Amino acid sequence: MIVAEQKSIEEISRMIEPYGKVLILGCGTCMTVCDAGGEREVSFLHSALDLAQARSGNGVHSFSEYTIKRQCDLEFLEMLLGRIEDVDAVLSLGCGVGVQAVAERFPDLPVLPGVNTYFMGMPKEWGVWDERCTACGDCRLGDTAGICPITRCTKGILNGPCAGTKNGKCEANKDMDCAWVLIYQRLERLQQLDNMRRYYPPRNFRTIPRPRRIVSKATVEVGVNNE
Amino acid sequence: MKAGTNLEKILESGQFAVTAEVGPPKGSSPAVIRRRGELVRNSVDAVNVTDNQTAVVRMSSVAGCAILKTLGVDPIMQIVCRDRNRIAIQSDVLGAIALGIGNILCLSGDHQRFGNHPTSKSVFDIDSMQLIQALKNMRDEKQFISGEEVSGEVPIYIGAAANPFADPFEFRVARLAKKVKAGADFIQTQAVYDVDRFRRWMEAVCERGLDKEVHILAGVIPIRSVGMARYMRDYVAGVTIPDEIITRLEQAEKAKEEGVRIPLEIIEQLKEIPGLHGIHIMAVGWEDIVPEVVERAGLLPRPVL
Repeated sequence: MIVAEQKSIEEISRMIEPYGKVLILGCGTCMTVCDAGGEREVSFLHSALDLAQARSGNGVHSFSEYTIKRQCDLEFLEMLLGRIEDVDAVLSLGCGVGVQAVAERFPDLPVLPGVNTYFMGMPKEWGVWDERCTACGDCRLGDTAGICPITRCTKGILNGPCAGTKNGKCEANKDMDCAWVLIYQRLERLQQLDNMRRYYPPRNFRTIPRPRRIVSKATVEVGVNNE
Repeated sequence: MKAGTNLEKILESGQFAVTAEVGPPKGSSPAVIRRRGELVRNSVDAVNVTDNQTAVVRMSSVAGCAILKTLGVDPIMQIVCRDRNRIAIQSDVLGAIALGIGNILCLSGDHQRFGNHPTSKSVFDIDSMQLIQALKNMRDEKQFISGEEVSGEVPIYIGAAANPFADPFEFRVARLAKKVKAGADFIQTQAVYDVDRFRRWMEAVCERGLDKEVHILAGVIPIRSVGMARYMRDYVAGVTIPDEIITRLEQAEKAKEEGVRIPLEIIEQLKEIPGLHGIHIMAVGWEDIVPEVVERAGLLPRPVL
């Protein structure tokens, strides 16, 4: 899932300043799971913005709210028809992909990001999310016991651990596990420590010429699932 | 001879080597490098010039090395992978050789969050292991990382670091073996304060015959004050200082004197460790102490080859 965090009320207030009618748009998938922009957060933000406006005494904005299943899917964006015609701007609580999908679908409508999108990750415990994948396009998890050094080692090195690891923690953050110590422990458990004795050559960063596109051969060329 | 540097000659002739470290200034003065170089020149065989150590911007290592070279000092250029990609690094290596620099030490680099530009972007396009391999290929195969041909000779004596005190202890020898296989000719270790642990590491190194394939120099850091010891223990990546050393400094009448006595005692023990081929004194910011340490350790005069 994609993990994000809501921007501060101050920043959001500054962004919406030029706009009268603002639709606060939630996203029912990742942003709901990471508590950044689901239906509940949309409603909280709506109240908070109303309150901020009442306090400042400049009652210039009127807010509406709506949450769709997935902002990053053009199909779901059709649900916005009939709700956006009279708004001056959309405050999207979708991730960066969602914000751009809305902008792409509605070329005449200003779209503002209500969250900062951080990473692809998973819930670690209640209210805690950890990054797991960098989307490097060259997955090595088979060599590293299912623990990603590109993402979880702060230096992203392939021949770790570096000399900075102390008590199993990273030199950059004493609260963060050293990914290479985790890899070592799990490889040992799987009796695959030879993986770590092997030399890994420099990465091929050509796998990430930005922006990337994936084309499904089956769908596009052969026409499977393409009605 | 791979590069024919003084360090290579000393080590290959089987003598116990002594190296030191010079930290370049946070400014453009060549005089600072010269002064520090002069201080240590007759006490050591080669001098490392750090590459923006602890991620603090300083004069470049290549410039520092070139200045030392004019004094007749054999420089060891440090390269970290934190700040430059493979294009810039290989270019600097060629430039260094053109300036007569023959020893290059390959390092990952301390994380930039400890430095004076914590908001900067780190590079780590390649890691220290890949850098060692790259230098070896440039020298022995005349090839850049891309496989394209390098023109002319690339004489480099390749150095790498090892930290016997980092986790996981059991993997540290395997990692050294990996560096040796990648092409390391000499190794400078992290500072040794826990001699017993270092001895155990060296035993494992010798068991695998690695002492025959690479020259290992043990790191030694004189301690200027209790505060410095505590700082190194708590904040310097990779350094481990046992509590009894801190206590000894705290209880000493003159901490500074004790801070010299401790490394001298350590050097005495290190000299007896089989397979160890030298020491590397890291007295960054306290270069004045190096001649005294080397002399009191009975390592003077340095051989002239």
